[in-house]
Amino acid sequence: MTVGETRKATYTIPIGPIHPALKEPVRLDLTIDGEEVVGVDVALGHVHRGIEWLGMHRNNPIQSLYLAERICGICNVCHPFAFAMAVEQAAGITPPERAEYIRTIIAEMERIHSHLLWAGVAAHEIGFDTIFYLAWRVREDIMDVMEYVTGNRITKGMFQIGGVRRDITAEQLPRIRQSLEYYKSIFGQLKRVFLDDRTIRMRTKNVGILKREDALKLLTCGPTGRASGVAKDVRQDQAYAAYADLDIKAITPDILTGTVVGDVYDRIIVRLLEVKQSIEIIEQCIEKMPSGPILAQPKTAALLNALTKAEGEGIGRAEAPRGEVIHYVRLEAGRETVSTWKVRAPTYTNLMAMPTLLIGGQIADVPIAFASIDPCFSCTNRAVIVDRKTNKKFLLTDKELRELSIEKTRKLKC
Amino acid sequence: MSLKAFKRALWVYHLNTGSCNGCDIEILAVLTPRYDVERFGIRLVGTPRHADVLLVTGPVIKQMVPRVKRIYAQTPDPKVVMVIGNCGSEGGVFYESYNLAGPIDQIIPVTVYVPGCPPRPEAIIEGVAKAWVKLEQLEQQGVL
Repeated sequence: MTVGETRKATYTIPIGPIHPALKEPVRLDLTIDGEEVVGVDVALGHVHRGIEWLGMHRNNPIQSLYLAERICGICNVCHPFAFAMAVEQAAGITPPERAEYIRTIIAEMERIHSHLLWAGVAAHEIGFDTIFYLAWRVREDIMDVMEYVTGNRITKGMFQIGGVRRDITAEQLPRIRQSLEYYKSIFGQLKRVFLDDRTIRMRTKNVGILKREDALKLLTCGPTGRASGVAKDVRQDQAYAAYADLDIKAITPDILTGTVVGDVYDRIIVRLLEVKQSIEIIEQCIEKMPSGPILAQPKTAALLNALTKAEGEGIGRAEAPRGEVIHYVRLEAGRETVSTWKVRAPTYTNLMAMPTLLIGGQIADVPIAFASIDPCFSCTNRAVIVDRKTNKKFLLTDKELRELSIEKTRKLKC
Repeated sequence: MSLKAFKRALWVYHLNTGSCNGCDIEILAVLTPRYDVERFGIRLVGTPRHADVLLVTGPVIKQMVPRVKRIYAQTPDPKVVMVIGNCGSEGGVFYESYNLAGPIDQIIPVTVYVPGCPPRPEAIIEGVAKAWVKLEQLEQQGVL
């Protein structure tokens, strides 16, 4: 190297697994060149709790509903929803119509709470804590309603194979309506805060762009995909529960702005409009909800007996706040647990878009771009990812590498 | 050891060892306007080196063990470890899983347990108050 010539070096910054910008343990390895991100690697496995294994070896399907709720504390309706649908399909149980409506109402309440939660976290990531506190204050109202209807703030315990465990009674409806009116009345304010604010526009416009063709190639789903112009929504494409009776259209940002950019700003638009859509869905559900039983088989012992005898397989698909969640279940006759249980959470596919989102951006934009897909690692961390090319990078942590190194030294000494 | 720091604002650090997020969002709910513990001086900080209290959630996944130990070591004394949720207290619904190294008291000493799956925000606030009382008792007994 001659004098005066500067050598360009790239550095690798490890972020996480414990880091203030990350709400959950995950490790990002960013390769940077100056301020620019040129390479991204995601290391998972810090939240792997062996849930599918527990469901296949310890719990009967009714107990596994409780476990399915605890796959993720934020989207704890869509997992038991998809699981219940899969088991029902496998065992040939049809839930009553009223139960389908109650399930839909609860799922949409969850979407409102989850999107508001995300809005707060995203604002926190760009250092705008006022908005974080505002979004979380606004969110408490729907939490109150969920507690009022289901008895719990977070894990609702509403689902049962072949129906729901609690009814929504007539005297509960005014409180639900009151909450919906509240959200409708502040919607304009939320829209102004999130879409017109200068700081938010500056930090989110043209940041973390995912083009439509990339989104299609990388199979992104949910609001992340819709913000890139992929108008896919399980509620629209393969309507389940009460969604078939309702008029639902996938929301893309061009409804509001006329164009699709696929940046973080577009993801805010999609989530914000989905809050409004959820309010409308709940209103329609309350109006159309038929009367009748809420369980196909009210006796738990009889239900368990039927499930043990059942043989077959089923797939449950539900639109979680983050995208499409799929549960595959196989039941074998004479076996109390499910013989196969496979969960595919939305973050699993959305994470594949992460390198495309981050590469070319600045380090300072990493937290917001990363948060913009609303990643949920407790959902995703049920499998160890093995990439053959980068096998070591994915599977071994620093400590394990060090241990291997010590072992090698010992071997060489002998 | 002096408990001077504890008689003033408590700063907390949140450590997720593999939780389902249920407890974590309740911890955030405690810090946001409805419950607003910031009026008592309780604040979430970005590094364990600034923290008085560690709020630990999750059943401790094997991969997280060295990190949990390291974060505990990085927190200055006197410190309080609060376990939030059933799975951190005794494994909870995940108790027989093959990938757990926990519960948390197997890895680091725990001062206060807040059971619940997830505990309500009020329960978490009560847990902080209990931790305070416990430390004062220990100070009077001359243990600290």
